[in-house]
Amino acid sequence: MDLALAPETLARWQFGITTVYHFLFVPLTISLAALTAGLQTAWVRTEKEKYLRATKFWGKLFLINIAMGVVTGIVQEFQFGMNWSDYSRFVGDIFGAPLAFEALIAFFFESTFIGLWIFGWDKLPKKIHLACIWMVSIGTILSAYFILAANSWMQHPVGYKIDKARGRAELTDFWAVLTQNTALTQAFHTLSAAFLTGGAFMVGISAYHLARKKHIREMKTSLRLGLITVAIAGLLTAVSGDTLGKVMFKQQPMKMAAAEALWDGQKPAPFSIFAYGDVEKGHNSVAIEIPGLLSFLADDNFTSYVPGINDVNKSEQQKFGPGDYRPNIPVAFWGFRWMIGFGMASFAIGLAGLWLTRKKFMLPQHLRVGEDEVPHLVLFKNQALGPKLTPWYWRIATWTMAFPLIANSWGWIFTEMGRQPWVVYGVLRTRDAVSPGVSQGEVLTSMAVFTALYAILAVVEVKLLAKYVKAGPPDLTEADLNPPTKIGGDTRDADKPMAFSY
Amino acid sequence: MELHDVWFVLIAVLWTGYFFLEGFDFGVGVLTKLLARDRAERRVLINTIGPVWDGNEVWLLTAGGATFAAFPEWYATLFSGFYLPLLLILVCLIVRGVAFEYRVKRPEEKWQRNWETAIFWCSLLPAFLWGVAFGNIVRGVKIDQHFEYVGDVWDLLNPYALLGGLVTLTLFTFHGAVFTALKTVGDIRVRARKLARWVGLVATIVALAFLLWTQADSGDGKSLVAVILAVAALAAALVANQAGREGWAFALSGVTIVATVAVLFFSLFPNVMPSTLNGDWSLTVTNASSSPYTLKIMTWLAAIATPLVVLYQGWTYWVFRKRIGTQHIAPDAAH
Repeated sequence: MDLALAPETLARWQFGITTVYHFLFVPLTISLAALTAGLQTAWVRTEKEKYLRATKFWGKLFLINIAMGVVTGIVQEFQFGMNWSDYSRFVGDIFGAPLAFEALIAFFFESTFIGLWIFGWDKLPKKIHLACIWMVSIGTILSAYFILAANSWMQHPVGYKIDKARGRAELTDFWAVLTQNTALTQAFHTLSAAFLTGGAFMVGISAYHLARKKHIREMKTSLRLGLITVAIAGLLTAVSGDTLGKVMFKQQPMKMAAAEALWDGQKPAPFSIFAYGDVEKGHNSVAIEIPGLLSFLADDNFTSYVPGINDVNKSEQQKFGPGDYRPNIPVAFWGFRWMIGFGMASFAIGLAGLWLTRKKFMLPQHLRVGEDEVPHLVLFKNQALGPKLTPWYWRIATWTMAFPLIANSWGWIFTEMGRQPWVVYGVLRTRDAVSPGVSQGEVLTSMAVFTALYAILAVVEVKLLAKYVKAGPPDLTEADLNPPTKIGGDTRDADKPMAFSY
Repeated sequence: MELHDVWFVLIAVLWTGYFFLEGFDFGVGVLTKLLARDRAERRVLINTIGPVWDGNEVWLLTAGGATFAAFPEWYATLFSGFYLPLLLILVCLIVRGVAFEYRVKRPEEKWQRNWETAIFWCSLLPAFLWGVAFGNIVRGVKIDQHFEYVGDVWDLLNPYALLGGLVTLTLFTFHGAVFTALKTVGDIRVRARKLARWVGLVATIVALAFLLWTQADSGDGKSLVAVILAVAALAAALVANQAGREGWAFALSGVTIVATVAVLFFSLFPNVMPSTLNGDWSLTVTNASSSPYTLKIMTWLAAIATPLVVLYQGWTYWVFRKRIGTQHIAPDAAH
């Protein structure tokens, strides 16, 4: 059969497409839930209307996102059975458990409390309504944790034994699966990247409005909240990424070597900024390198030995039998760079923004017309430069919104493709994981259907987001400002319209 | 009772929860075309399930996840075997979820009407297809010695399974109609009751035929009790509906669904997916299940989490217990 259309290839493409698409919404959902909850908390505590308007604005964008996140997630759960049935048979004993935990603990939380939050504005007292969005936020984070524990087991299987008689892997220590260092660092890294994504999103949209001098009060608050989120999350993403790199170096030396296009082991090993190689012959023709940096990234020591692709390939051949154990090197190499590059660029732009919008560097009070004035950003108290610099920063910040999304996608492509040809590292090969009974036509059909559906939905969702972004924070209604004091709403006027309806 | 038997029961409970809950919201989705006369009425219908449909759907995700964890072989055979129908169900669930959330996000009538059409079809098709799927699971399908499904999609469209599809479709529509009568005020409530009567009568005939067929094929004493209970509850639901006892009618249509799912699972046990090619190749609670250790962890999880879920989901229904009518819909659709 033509390799390009082999069920394995198609199933992999489908998994890649649906996962990357799903993961455009997940990080935004996780971070916007918490940020919206934070803004609503500020409203409940201070009763300042700008916080309520900001809550409603970001809440709306959050809802448009989570709708897509939820529905695309359904496909993920059933895809294992549909396209990867031999995988499911082999690892279901282990992999199914965190998925069941995710459903029973996290999904129920999220979906139930989000209904309460959306429809509960005129049915729940302020504080209980606030608690609902926090519950949603906790649900999204728990969900991420369980699914990352499951994924980490595929990267680094622990707490299991192979039952030869039944031909499958069996769980021996669930606690180890949930708490192994791969799971913890991956969760840490993914969650901080999620907040980097949401922070940059908030900064970008606030900057868009500030550039047009609209909704200034809410957007100034949102801008600062976004910038602080970017700064903290960016730092944590870098720290956790570094930790994850070291974990990966120990557990999946091939992935690290591929990420660096390091063909032969070196001591000390250099970090390559750019490389162009010949995959067949197994060497680089061009490479720009920083000496010793890779040794440091891998092992915290500038002189450590780092094994190369060819070395690991040889040792895996000795261990697992003849075959090619190299992943797609260019994808791993460039995926790794795009991930770090785009992630760190958004962090840097956020840091610059945080510094530029410091109070004492803003336009002095006596030069402002009123509270609704957008202050110019001032560099080094150089007030002449401020007016020129400001529009540029707003523009750059708006475009930076997309950076973490690109970084996230490449991060996943790198981490999943860098593990090939294994689906469970060292235990199960991807080619042995596909559904044997599913035909090429079936996989092709489902791939075409999902891709087309996702493409249409992408257009719909982006248009809707754009519409609501442009509209800005909504006007407040009486029901918003006077929430009910008891559960179920007030009975004074039983026929008044609902505060929210579909 | 061994743990894999416990999990057989728990999976049955999760499917029961799914069909009970999403059953009525599928039904309401179907009613948006059958019952609602204008835009305001369609909005009333959709808002009766607005706060809860998402939580209802998670029962499916949990049933799927739990099957994966407790009976991986069953999960693998089922989802790879029923590939195309499942694909259709997934597409419907995606479009339906987006439709609920996005319909009101633009004020144009055409935009909203398109999403309403999506809600109708994407409620109707899964309501039908789940019945087809369970019909096939109970009847058995072509499974080989490696537990692989070797039939094709046409094998799944046999008379028994298609009848099963009609059972779930009509039952869910009936369930949705009595739910609507329970949750609305005004004209729509009266019409929902009338519609429930007709749909209920059709459902009774279809369900009776399907349940007797099932009983004759693979039933035992326990399933016979469930058959009688299902039919009796359905008849009683019709009487309660006629008498205007909406709460009772809804509870009884719920009992019908619970008893119908019970019939299916009683007929199935100890198989989880019989093979029509060779009895030895059938998937059973023992050869499809996970290890005792995994099942033990899962049992702890279920014992702690399930009551909590029922508690807070129940609370949601309490918070939104008020009936709604067209007067509760603000004239301006835009937000």
